[in-house]
Amino acid sequence: MHPTEAKLLRAYGDREGDGMVQMSFTLQMPVGARGREAAKRFAEAHGLKEPIISTMEECAEGFTYFVAYGHSQHTVDVTNLEVPEVEVPRLEMKEIDHRVKTRLARKIVVVGACTGSDAHTVGIDAILNMKGYAGEKGLEAYKSFEAYNLGAQVENDQLIERANAVGADAILVSQVITQRNCHKDNARALVDLLERRGERGKFILLLGGPRIDHKLGLELGFDAGFGPGTRPGDVASFLVHKLCGEEPLPSESIRAVAKAS
Amino acid sequence: MPRVPVDESQVARCREHAAAIASDVQKYIDAHTTVGVERVVLRALGVVGVDDQGVPMVNALVDRLHGADVLRFGASYAIGASIARHGGDVQEAAERLAFGPIEQVRELFGEVGVPSAEQIVEARKALEQPTLDALARIDGARDQRLALRAAHAQQAQPGTPLKYVIVATGNIYDDAVQAKAAAQAGADIVAVIRATAQSLLDYVPEGATTEGFGGTFATQDNFGIVRRALDEATVRNGRYCMQTNYSSGLCMAEIAWMAAVERLDMVLNDAMYGILFRDINMCRTFVDQYVSRRFIARSKIVINTGEDNYLTTADAVEKAHTVIASQFVNEAFGHRAGLVDEQLGLGHAYEIDPKIEDSFLMELGQAQLVRQVFPRHPIKWMPPTKHKTGDIFQAHVHDALYNLVGVTTGQSIELLGMFSEAIHNPLLMDRYLSLKATRYVFTTARHLGDEIELKPDGIIARRAVTVLAEAEALLADVRVKTIWNAIAEGAFADVKRTRTGGKGFTGIVERAPGYMNPVLEALEAST
Repeated sequence: MHPTEAKLLRAYGDREGDGMVQMSFTLQMPVGARGREAAKRFAEAHGLKEPIISTMEECAEGFTYFVAYGHSQHTVDVTNLEVPEVEVPRLEMKEIDHRVKTRLARKIVVVGACTGSDAHTVGIDAILNMKGYAGEKGLEAYKSFEAYNLGAQVENDQLIERANAVGADAILVSQVITQRNCHKDNARALVDLLERRGERGKFILLLGGPRIDHKLGLELGFDAGFGPGTRPGDVASFLVHKLCGEEPLPSESIRAVAKAS
Repeated sequence: MPRVPVDESQVARCREHAAAIASDVQKYIDAHTTVGVERVVLRALGVVGVDDQGVPMVNALVDRLHGADVLRFGASYAIGASIARHGGDVQEAAERLAFGPIEQVRELFGEVGVPSAEQIVEARKALEQPTLDALARIDGARDQRLALRAAHAQQAQPGTPLKYVIVATGNIYDDAVQAKAAAQAGADIVAVIRATAQSLLDYVPEGATTEGFGGTFATQDNFGIVRRALDEATVRNGRYCMQTNYSSGLCMAEIAWMAAVERLDMVLNDAMYGILFRDINMCRTFVDQYVSRRFIARSKIVINTGEDNYLTTADAVEKAHTVIASQFVNEAFGHRAGLVDEQLGLGHAYEIDPKIEDSFLMELGQAQLVRQVFPRHPIKWMPPTKHKTGDIFQAHVHDALYNLVGVTTGQSIELLGMFSEAIHNPLLMDRYLSLKATRYVFTTARHLGDEIELKPDGIIARRAVTVLAEAEALLADVRVKTIWNAIAEGAFADVKRTRTGGKGFTGIVERAPGYMNPVLEALEAST
């Protein structure tokens, strides 16, 4: 292993290295000279040099809203970042249907739900329902998929029961609500339950949601995590690669984005 | 206001289709009751409290009657008959029936399990005064609310849409602080977003709550806490601030009553939302929405319907007509529950993909169409959400165009867009900035709508004509199929639901001959 030379970056404002950033925040104190000074100190405490308080307005009784600009002193070393990403080539719907037909000779069965208290089906609907998302059809529209969308507020044990009942290859969990990290708790609870039932590894586990990424998915014990902007085809491609062989397993397909420039 | 061409005979045909659709369902509604309906009636009659497990009394009693297969005669009958037999008041009768020996329930239904004509007469008599008291409580709260409103300025910027903001901390005491702050910053209406899990709970939690995911539980105590905060804000600002919450989900009727007696000004209440978006059984929802609206009608509360949500799952260009079709249906159901046009805050939204060329023109056409088709209705205009990505700066511009359409077309109630949509629940400063930006647009473009005329064959006018024509075709189709089958085929929001599927189906009961519900009867007689 050759130690790579650190590459330290500052925020780019108007020229390299100026570190210019803006912040907006609220402090529970009235508008005035003391408020301005407090905001300035607050910005400095975040590493902003020579901060400018460009806006100071009362946003509620006893609360002041500020906009601050300043030169951030902080740097980030971009040479040693570890960012696991789902990395499988995206396949067209036709190619997916063809591969599943020729290599698997049956449909891929998926069961999806928003688990726990989450009532927001927008994510799971975007991936599973015929309609799809951003002009791309959902898994229901694929000849090679049999998709069951269980909807919202599904308990983990019901989800597993259903997955067993239909012989699912994969379980898709959507978590939209993130208050006090309930999305992590809900997701982890599914993995724990599968473990207790001795069914860990029986299904491919996929986690999706606006605050999910692949790294978090892996941390929580899923095979992959899909974040905002994920299209049905991304999920379909991943499952095809995983189930139709000739492609590395997801755990091996994780790349660390750590290439020094 | 800029006018789009509207064929009034086409509008009349839409109304006729919607009336037929609603009348078909009304026959079902009038022949059924639900556990939710029976619980709200008990609450109205004065049943309060929880058992030692925290189960509301009204649930304990209704579940017991349901289990004994006598709910089909109405919980009111059981209460009235028990009072007639043993004396005491409504609460004592409720406790006796819920927790006493089961014989005290059975004795009310004779040898064959059916009340005698004499028992029914006695039960009705015993409920005469409690029914009057129930109505007096609703009327008293309504009058107090309307008097407070009349004594203060009605809104921050008269002549422009009412500004509606949400708070959603999960803790009712924080909500109260944020609600007052929003009122001070210029909000006319404050909604406390409800905890996401609540729509599927078949009971209303009790007491003040400080924990909730995605929002705060709707409870009677919580309603009162926010009302008191907004009363203070009203007096302090010299301007009335309205409160709204969610009369939706499996307890929509009970929450409607709570809203009535705790002086809420508006509630979100839709004839089909729960079916489509929460997978609540359609039979259950149709019965519950009717009874909830009977309470709302009496209270002169304004409802906000939920058609705007269709465009969050279906495409906002292709499916714009489903919104207007559904508005006709909601209107027809509303009229059948005694609501007047001035209480029907029909919902629609600015959700077209902003990357589409001339999408602003299409939004303008659709918004103006709704305004003209429903001229007396306090139309609720909803902001972009689906195409907000987390780029707060872009989102602020997006909201500005939304506001411009809102003020130009004279929408009635405008839920303010938040630039932090898709990131987190609005922060204190997010709401402040949204109010500030909206005030700017409403001020600078205050009379824009009066100044402009639209090309009769231009993009905006053609959009309106197309959408109304498609809505008429859909309504004609739904009328032939009946709404039960149309929903099963995904006519609205691209969501398909079956007649016996979904949550809450076991809570529906066919009314028996002699079914008694004096509170509902009184509400039906009054409008």
